[in-house]
Amino acid sequence: MIGPLAGVLFDGFAYGMLLFLLSVGLSVTLGMMNFINLAHCSFAMLGGYVAVTLMNRFGWPFFATLPAAFLAAAAASVILERTLFRRLYRASELDQCLLTIGIVFMSVAAAAYAYGTVQQPVQLPDYLRGAVSLRGVNLAAYRLFLVGAAAAITLVLVAALEWTPFGAQVRAAVDNPRMARGLGINVDRAFAITFALGSGLAGLGGALAIAIVGLDPAFAFTYLVYVLIVVSVGGLGTVGGSFAAAALLGISDVAGKYYVPELGSFLIYLVMLGLLMWRPAGLFGRR
Amino acid sequence: MRKALIGLGSLAIGLFAAATVDAQQTVKIGLVMPYSGQFADAATQMDNAIKLYMKQKGDTVAGKKIEILRRDTGGVAPDVAKRLAQELIVRDQVDILAGFVLTPNALAAADVSAEAKKFMVVMNAATAIITTKSPYLVRTSVTVPQLNETFGAWAYKSGVRKIYTMVSDYGPGHDAEGAFQRGFKEAGGEVLGAVRFPVANPDFSAFVQRAKDLNPEAIYVWVPGGVQPAALGKALAERGIDARKTKILGQGELTEDEALRSMGDAALGIVTVYHYDHNHDSALNKAFVNAYRNAYGGRNPNIYSIGGYDGMHLTYEALKKTGGKSDAESLIAAVQGMQWESPRGPVAIDPQTRDIVQTVYIRRVEKRDGQLLNVEFDKIDAVKDPFKARMKN
Amino acid sequence: MATVGPDPVAAPQRHLEAQTRWRPIETAFWVAAATPLLLLPSYLQLASQVAVAALFALSLDLILGYAGIVSLGHAAFFGVGAYGAGIISKYGWGEPLSGLLIAASLAGATGYAASFVIARFRHLALIMITLGMGLLLHEAANSASWLTGGADGLQGVRIWPLFGAFKFDLYGYTAYTYSLVVLFLLFLVARRLVHSPFGLSLRGIRENPLRMPAVGAPSRAHIRKIYTISAVAAGAAGALLAQTTSTVSLEVLSFQRSADVLVILILGGAGRLYGGVLGAIVYLVARDQFSGINPQYWYFWIGMLLVLVVTFLPNGILGGFAQLTASWRRGSW
Repeated sequence: MIGPLAGVLFDGFAYGMLLFLLSVGLSVTLGMMNFINLAHCSFAMLGGYVAVTLMNRFGWPFFATLPAAFLAAAAASVILERTLFRRLYRASELDQCLLTIGIVFMSVAAAAYAYGTVQQPVQLPDYLRGAVSLRGVNLAAYRLFLVGAAAAITLVLVAALEWTPFGAQVRAAVDNPRMARGLGINVDRAFAITFALGSGLAGLGGALAIAIVGLDPAFAFTYLVYVLIVVSVGGLGTVGGSFAAAALLGISDVAGKYYVPELGSFLIYLVMLGLLMWRPAGLFGRR
Repeated sequence: MRKALIGLGSLAIGLFAAATVDAQQTVKIGLVMPYSGQFADAATQMDNAIKLYMKQKGDTVAGKKIEILRRDTGGVAPDVAKRLAQELIVRDQVDILAGFVLTPNALAAADVSAEAKKFMVVMNAATAIITTKSPYLVRTSVTVPQLNETFGAWAYKSGVRKIYTMVSDYGPGHDAEGAFQRGFKEAGGEVLGAVRFPVANPDFSAFVQRAKDLNPEAIYVWVPGGVQPAALGKALAERGIDARKTKILGQGELTEDEALRSMGDAALGIVTVYHYDHNHDSALNKAFVNAYRNAYGGRNPNIYSIGGYDGMHLTYEALKKTGGKSDAESLIAAVQGMQWESPRGPVAIDPQTRDIVQTVYIRRVEKRDGQLLNVEFDKIDAVKDPFKARMKN
Repeated sequence: MATVGPDPVAAPQRHLEAQTRWRPIETAFWVAAATPLLLLPSYLQLASQVAVAALFALSLDLILGYAGIVSLGHAAFFGVGAYGAGIISKYGWGEPLSGLLIAASLAGATGYAASFVIARFRHLALIMITLGMGLLLHEAANSASWLTGGADGLQGVRIWPLFGAFKFDLYGYTAYTYSLVVLFLLFLVARRLVHSPFGLSLRGIRENPLRMPAVGAPSRAHIRKIYTISAVAAGAAGALLAQTTSTVSLEVLSFQRSADVLVILILGGAGRLYGGVLGAIVYLVARDQFSGINPQYWYFWIGMLLVLVVTFLPNGILGGFAQLTASWRRGSW
């Protein structure tokens, strides 16, 4: 039974990688500044719609739309951060929730207005369709691509965090913002840049997600829950935590559905509850 | 708070005044639909068709002007739907309740229709029991057993002997599973196994792999429209189930336009059952589809559109028959046994159940002129809802 | 040794007593709440749903505003109450008051069981655990469609007339009076609770959970107690909804409902007792009006309302007003 299971596990891992891309930005920014940005998935939705518009209306090739999605989401986050979010860093968590939920509502309505409520179709280039057979295991070509992209991005992120001065600043700010400020690190600027990067990654994740989960104006809401699950299970402020949590959740979800389909959707919540009760700060979390 | 009260009070007075002035000359129709939220697309398509009908036939019938009021339920929210129906009747004095994309909302509003004695037209919600909830209720869309039980019997006739079923784990999915299996087994077929996908986040891989392990000659699937059909279609292709070798049977949502575009050639050969496709080859339908496309940016009408279009037609014809009288008793008497030619084919309203009787089509996905289409290749005429037919006996 | 300083018992006692005195604006509010029966008879169904939402938000305020427990799964108790009342009536017992009591107790029992887990966690883990439990219950209700009716909703809910004479009809008089009275009674209970030593200790737990056990307060027991009480109130709200609308469907257990009540409470102002009620009025009336004007895109205006409130009225409407009156008193405008 290992042949079919391997294929199914791979699909679960790929789905987990998608969740990772959507969540990693939120994990790092939440860990750094404790700013609860529930509008994170709105940036993902923005990235998705940008990619779809460029592909369907302007005929751009699929790969070219990905950096555009990243940049659009990053730019939008910079604007929002400067104008609105900045005022609420000192505000209560509840106010931050309310503000960002208000933004989610507005983004969902705006998407419905601009693009209609219909599903956005995405036509992938031919070499990304269908499946590749590896030793008798069917691996979907697009999922292979997704795993590859996620791996590349993880490497870049980890390398940036470990080996660049900016990465060191970010790590310091996550560990102890007050101390970092005391050492002369411009925490606010570090945060602004990290926030833009995290939102950009969400936008990229959104663009990549369309081919697997589809895109409609409700996207900003639907995926919020899963992103929150990944972030809390993985731990705040850590890339590795998001990666592990997303992979774990994706694989256990799929393995559960394969072996015990009656448990269906219960499993992912049970796994989440179990992991949180075992490690409340998250798998790799610190606080 | 006081300002709000004053504002609300004046609004109420204003509406009351507006209502009494024209009460004699207008027939008010209250549309209760999920204009926002997850199911907004269905509401958009239905509303578009309603607007198109009124544009084509004018907004005056039997000397009365038709006025439309729109209310949003936001999705599945029977308490809201009930309140909106009540408010439409008490506050806005509507004569007719219409719309209703979702079953729980339709059921809740049916209570209001029965209590307040108002004519109600269900233009989409497909659960069989809905029409039993109010004696003033008529449906112009379809019922789940009408499609799936017929499909089960047809599947056996077409040569399938053993089948594996996969449906979404909630009400409509269970209904579809029950109806299909019943039709199939009564005809003599055998159900190899059945599995249910969770409604949210149903990553189909694992389930499709389980199906493949059993290597059935045919698989029956049922998922709600929206994102899931494309995802399921792709999962079937990715796990190596070829629609041309293993028969894939499903309800028409599986192969709707957007899903076909996302699935690509992997969809070729999928056989579905439905009561309407924009591809249907009749002059009336071609005219309808062209008018719809012209009015709505090239988008094709779908089942929500036809439910709305036929619902308006029914209402107009009923009003013509009653000479403009809009009380529930007259209207319901007028619609029973009504028959007409719709863009989907010939339809009628069953006088006993007030439900729709129509032709059920079997289609296959084929490529014509480089485009993927659902091509009708078989049909069963004048299908009544089997569920309620059994209830009588 | 003669006590020269303030009496250590009398001062807090007087403080609490001062808080519990009824202010004229409160009396005016509750009287005004009864006026829709006379002035706005066609809005009674909406008013009834506002009252239900207000009670639900009040129940959340008890744990969030006063004990600091952020819950994203509070709809679980609302749903248990709603389904409890609905199922009892489906199987033959449609008397509203006893149904309400039974349903609320069921919700309370669920809350009590859950509180053993809740009391042990804080911060993000707590939020996500409440979310997870709520989602699990929603899934379980979907699976148990033999009991709950599944996605189609519970069928056959028939509520008997209140006191044998007042039907829950189309016009909403019974519905609104019933909901308003229940809301008021539970509000009185909450008010008493909050302005008591128990209420003060809850605020202590919210502000500094580490220190409270050090002064001898049994934090975990207190949290379990308030969580159970909150669950009872939420269950009562759910039962009210089921009884006044004779409908129950899965969405009473949904994440959407938990998120909505959280938004309502934050909008009105948490920790201020009237915040939930005010938030419910503003949010539901605004939603109704916006969706009447613009059924497809009203979300946008609601979102804008939320953003504006947060920008100009920090800590919710009541919080913002409190700040404004404080700065006006100081003369610093």
